[in-house]
Amino acid sequence: MDDRFGLDRNVTLPGPLKLDGGAVLSPVELAYETYGTLNADASNAILICHALTGDHHVASNHPITGKAGWWVRMVGSGKPIDTDRYCVIAVNAIGGCMGSSGPEALHADGHPNAMRFPVVTISDMVRSQALLMDHLGIQKLHAVVGGSMGGMQALSWAAHFPDRVGAALIIASTAKHSAQNIAFHEVGRQAIMADPNWRGGDYYGDGQNPSTPPDAGLAVARMAAHITYLSEQGLTEKFGRRLQARDAKTFGFDADFQVESYLRHQGLSFTDRFDANSYLYITRAIDYFDLAEEFGGHLANAFKGSKTRFCVVSFDTDWLYPTSESKSIAQALNAAGAAVSFVELTSPYGHDAFLLDTPGFDAVVSGFLRATC
Amino acid sequence: MLRPDLAIIAANVPTGARVLDVGCGDGALMAELRAKGCDARGLEIDVAGVTAALAQGLSVIQGDADTDLADYPDASFDYAILSQTLQTTRRPDLVIEQLLRIAPRAFVSFPNFAQWRIRMALMFGGTMPVTKQLPARWYDTPNIHHVTIDDFRGFIASRRITIEAQWFLSGDKMTTRAGANLFAAHAVFLLSR
Repeated sequence: MDDRFGLDRNVTLPGPLKLDGGAVLSPVELAYETYGTLNADASNAILICHALTGDHHVASNHPITGKAGWWVRMVGSGKPIDTDRYCVIAVNAIGGCMGSSGPEALHADGHPNAMRFPVVTISDMVRSQALLMDHLGIQKLHAVVGGSMGGMQALSWAAHFPDRVGAALIIASTAKHSAQNIAFHEVGRQAIMADPNWRGGDYYGDGQNPSTPPDAGLAVARMAAHITYLSEQGLTEKFGRRLQARDAKTFGFDADFQVESYLRHQGLSFTDRFDANSYLYITRAIDYFDLAEEFGGHLANAFKGSKTRFCVVSFDTDWLYPTSESKSIAQALNAAGAAVSFVELTSPYGHDAFLLDTPGFDAVVSGFLRATC
Repeated sequence: MLRPDLAIIAANVPTGARVLDVGCGDGALMAELRAKGCDARGLEIDVAGVTAALAQGLSVIQGDADTDLADYPDASFDYAILSQTLQTTRRPDLVIEQLLRIAPRAFVSFPNFAQWRIRMALMFGGTMPVTKQLPARWYDTPNIHHVTIDDFRGFIASRRITIEAQWFLSGDKMTTRAGANLFAAHAVFLLSR
């Protein structure tokens, strides 16, 4: 039994990993999971990159919430990303809070890094994952798959490691974070940093003092962000103006409306499983993402001569990363002469559609992954 | 079974060619071309067609021939194909110019609006023809630029484009070049510049 493979893996790699911001990460701690079996020539590996608040528990129960993995409907035996056929790998992004190097992880002095952790980028996350692929003996991935921030990583993988990526599936994502998206992230970060418990990121406690995290700020950040993951149509269908467990408005500031109650619940439950400092670091990494900027200002330059097959998928009600963003990725890939597919699928669920059952989505994913290069 | 005009095109694209199929539908022709070792890419406006093609592992971009061909670099393919799509575009002339910019050779197939059945339907019925080849009614037809074989030849002659080969179909049977404008239901042209 090769203990590099399986659920709930942790590895400490020596690095050093030179970060875009100039700092060096050494060692590099990575938490990851693998599903399915790597074949003899290590040619059936699919890397799944997670979104902002996701993690490596793609298709296994979450250790804190106990809930099923975030993409269990897509990943598993006989599912579109078929673990009977592929060895699926998922890694907690660096900067995250589920076991990989990040603000919550311990510094050499035995205390959490907190804000001493260097700011990382999407491409830094990708380079750390490349180190893990070296460790697992995987020279070339059959595919890199990701939605939202995961799609950014899939793009960055294909751009920085063209020879190591057979196919890239980019879902509900973008090649650069827009001003509006940065603005929403900044609202979330300011909510965290305005919480008196944040204390410059130093809230983890120690042997004597309990941890007092800025839960109120993190919950507000999550509430604001959560709105951007849904659509007006979806919110109207799900909640409308219906009242929450009452017959009349209270003329107060309790959660009168179902939508308020829902958002408060989303915000609060999020604080159980996510670290506020990680939220700062991961949103920053996303804000800094502009793949064209890394390649002389022209996105097509990132994919010149690429042999990777690409598939770009958007959803018509996603206003966080709208179809126009996916189309500009497809246009750049086309201009670079890459083999690219693009489709806009119809869903009422906004950005979150990539996590949900959307007609045509499963067939596109399985068809794209099964095609020979 | 491949549609007859597509079968003609498939038979005349050399093995290993780089091909762009504009208006590729569910990818039936691309699948055939892939089987003979071509690098086939598609453009299709209808999401159901795109999804069906992607499910077969084909490379297809959802887009509009009238606007999205501009995204393809010059001479990036050996052949461009426009099968029974010409008559649905807003500017067929510009689409053909784009095809011959993207590839040195282009196959174009279309239903011939001057075929005798259609002429008869219009002449004696006095209404826009609804035939086996053109089953839609005037108000719901996607065919907004009906064209005849002679119209097409005239257009080609005025644009310094060369006709390398031409095929004519009546149903699924080949028909002769003589009198094609009257007898052929469909035409397939191979163009070059």
